[in-house]
Amino acid sequence: MNNKAFGNYKVIPIVHQEGFEPPRPPESADDGMLSLYASHQTIYPRSVSGLFSNWRWGMVWLTQIIFYGLPWLEWGQRQAVLFDLASRRFYIFGLVLYPQDFIYLTGILVISALSLFLFTAVAGRLWCGYACPQTVYTEIFLWIEKKVEGDRSARLRRDAQPWSLDRGMRKSTKHFLWLAVAFWTGFTFVGYFTPIKQHGVDLLQMSMGSWEVFWTFFYGFATYGNAGFMREQVCKHMCPYARFQSAMFDKDTLIVTYDTERGEPRGARSRKADPAQLNLGACVDCSLCVQVCPTGIDIRKGLQYECIGCGACADVCDEVMDKMGYARGLVKYTTEHAMQEHWTQSQTLRHVLRPRILVYTAILATIVIAMVTSLALRKPFRVDVIRDRGVMARVVEAGKIENVYRLQVMNATETDQRFKVTVSGLPGLEVTSDNELTVPAAQARWLVVRTQLPPEVAPPGSHPIKFEIESIDMHVHDAEKSVFLVPQ
Amino acid sequence: MSDFTSNFWSIYVAGITIVSIVACLLLLILTGKSKGMSTSDNTTGHVWDGDLREMNNPLPRWWAWLFVITIVFSFIYLALYPGLGTYGGKLGWTSVGQHQAEVDKGNAEVAPLYAKFSAMKPEDVAKDAQAMAIGERLFMNNCAQCHGSDARGNKGFPNLTDNDWLGGGTPEIIKADITKGRIAVMPPMAAAVGTAEDVKNLAQYVLSLSGSPHDSVQAALGKEKFAVCAACHGIDGKGNQTLGSANLTDNIWLHGYGEAAIVAMINEGKTNQMPAQADKLTEAQVHVLASYVWGLSNKGGIAAQ
Repeated sequence: MNNKAFGNYKVIPIVHQEGFEPPRPPESADDGMLSLYASHQTIYPRSVSGLFSNWRWGMVWLTQIIFYGLPWLEWGQRQAVLFDLASRRFYIFGLVLYPQDFIYLTGILVISALSLFLFTAVAGRLWCGYACPQTVYTEIFLWIEKKVEGDRSARLRRDAQPWSLDRGMRKSTKHFLWLAVAFWTGFTFVGYFTPIKQHGVDLLQMSMGSWEVFWTFFYGFATYGNAGFMREQVCKHMCPYARFQSAMFDKDTLIVTYDTERGEPRGARSRKADPAQLNLGACVDCSLCVQVCPTGIDIRKGLQYECIGCGACADVCDEVMDKMGYARGLVKYTTEHAMQEHWTQSQTLRHVLRPRILVYTAILATIVIAMVTSLALRKPFRVDVIRDRGVMARVVEAGKIENVYRLQVMNATETDQRFKVTVSGLPGLEVTSDNELTVPAAQARWLVVRTQLPPEVAPPGSHPIKFEIESIDMHVHDAEKSVFLVPQ
Repeated sequence: MSDFTSNFWSIYVAGITIVSIVACLLLLILTGKSKGMSTSDNTTGHVWDGDLREMNNPLPRWWAWLFVITIVFSFIYLALYPGLGTYGGKLGWTSVGQHQAEVDKGNAEVAPLYAKFSAMKPEDVAKDAQAMAIGERLFMNNCAQCHGSDARGNKGFPNLTDNDWLGGGTPEIIKADITKGRIAVMPPMAAAVGTAEDVKNLAQYVLSLSGSPHDSVQAALGKEKFAVCAACHGIDGKGNQTLGSANLTDNIWLHGYGEAAIVAMINEGKTNQMPAQADKLTEAQVHVLASYVWGLSNKGGIAAQ
């Protein structure tokens, strides 16, 4: 099969299901040596509509309204969502996160990973097919491409022709629109880290900081390159998730599958003909499933590593089946088990709730609940107690023993807070220095605290004590452990 | 500064680096082609476990070009930056140089601020909240190791928050002490005082000077021995700031309280040193720091009486 065959798909009868057909012949030299590298063949996906396509577009709208819209929201006097790296503060609506809250990032990553495991175990590469930025932006870019250059067949025809004014105009219009979307994407991305309105003003005045310039154009360029040119190659050769997602498949995972038993032997036929009499299966060999595939594979060869589970072939095949008057579902989401056992759809779905899924769900739910609870119970301030670097302990007037501590108090709210420090853990132990301080909004302050212990109360050595810090305005307590040293 | 005993090792290491990079390129070229592919079903003909076959899906060619780009990059990098033996690179970059450049940049940024403080009198700097915040950080990083975070010192390290100054407490003297450091010596005096009994009596007398609990009989006996001490500590035992001798009439016991501590001091003496900070701090920093230390015992920038 040669590469031009993509245009007018030739029928190759399947003799043996396992017979692999090369996507393109390796370029063989005269000496019988084969190159392990081949130049990339552009794929011209045909546009498709249907249930799964609608789901994907729904996800495109959902994710992109959030992505492009979020930075423009205001919260009081500031941007609602802002990751201020310079001052190390992450603002997310009413929440202000600090470097000390790093555990929540861990939580988000663990939740993301477990969600990926769960979704993949249930229905294959759902993330890839519907929500991954690579898919989402490719979808947006393909839509622009279709509007400007026409659908698959028109694009193929134009690209095969020599350059003309019309073709040049269309190409440059497409690239201009791509670059505009890409630039806006880069601009929005930076808007999460630099207040976006200021960023916009800086852009218009050409006074952006060098990092803002770099990231706006780098992220924009990456969008343009990945969604415009790299497309399926990212999934096939670069993406790490694609490599290990197949390891999460099992016999009850819903995957886009061609029903070989029903479809074969494939062949063209009239709509009025009875396929049983012609000794044909339901597949009319129209090759539309290959044309719509964004990775350029033929789903009828079974599950392949390139398949991103987008369901485009299922959509287009259902359309063809409707036209032919056959039952839908020649290409559908089903499981290996269901194909073997000839289960109905409800039987198939019953097997979704298997131990693996229940375990994933339980762990995921636990972590989500733990994280939400932890965020809800988060103290509005943080305290670190550090024993003084220089002075272990000293004996002061009347033989009292004095220990010095430095307390770092961090105000995690956006209003000023007053704090009071007390100490407990040994009889007669008390704070003898100034024990109140005010910390401005979203700032940290050091307080040097001196504690004194009456003589003869405790034997020489180290004694555990506790500092109690109270936020006077918020009536919240926090306790931090430390030690009090009594010298020999 | 050479890290090697001879030039040979530098060339040896650089040679290994270059040869390795070239070997990577050769490896890429030599393994880019393969023989004996059975092309009928797009597999390589390798079979494991009876049915597991290796497919022959060629990588896109741009992938190989990426590898070539990394090799080109490495040569450019090695030309510009240190990496080939002792060759320092065209740009002359060093980590020390980068650090110095960043320090200089930081200093240049705060220079106007320090210039403002340098033009002010220490008494006024001590009233400036911003200067005091800087002073506190300077103190924490340079002084707190000995004098404590609360500046109240420790045994052998003077308390800076009271009005008892061994060498004087004016901002100028504090500045000089930070810049040049201080050394104060108390020589061993046991021989001049007399017997061990005499030393004990003297210690009791010293305790009596500050009204601390003492044995009055012994103190009376020790009083005449104090003449030896008076040369530095004064007849009345109030100390002498010019010499840096301690005031014995107050309740501040820098080197320990009680007869045993005083006896040890008389017998062994002590050399107490504050190291000079001139090479660690700029003049403007010393100015702010001295104002901060002065402000510790003169609250709100008002000199204590």
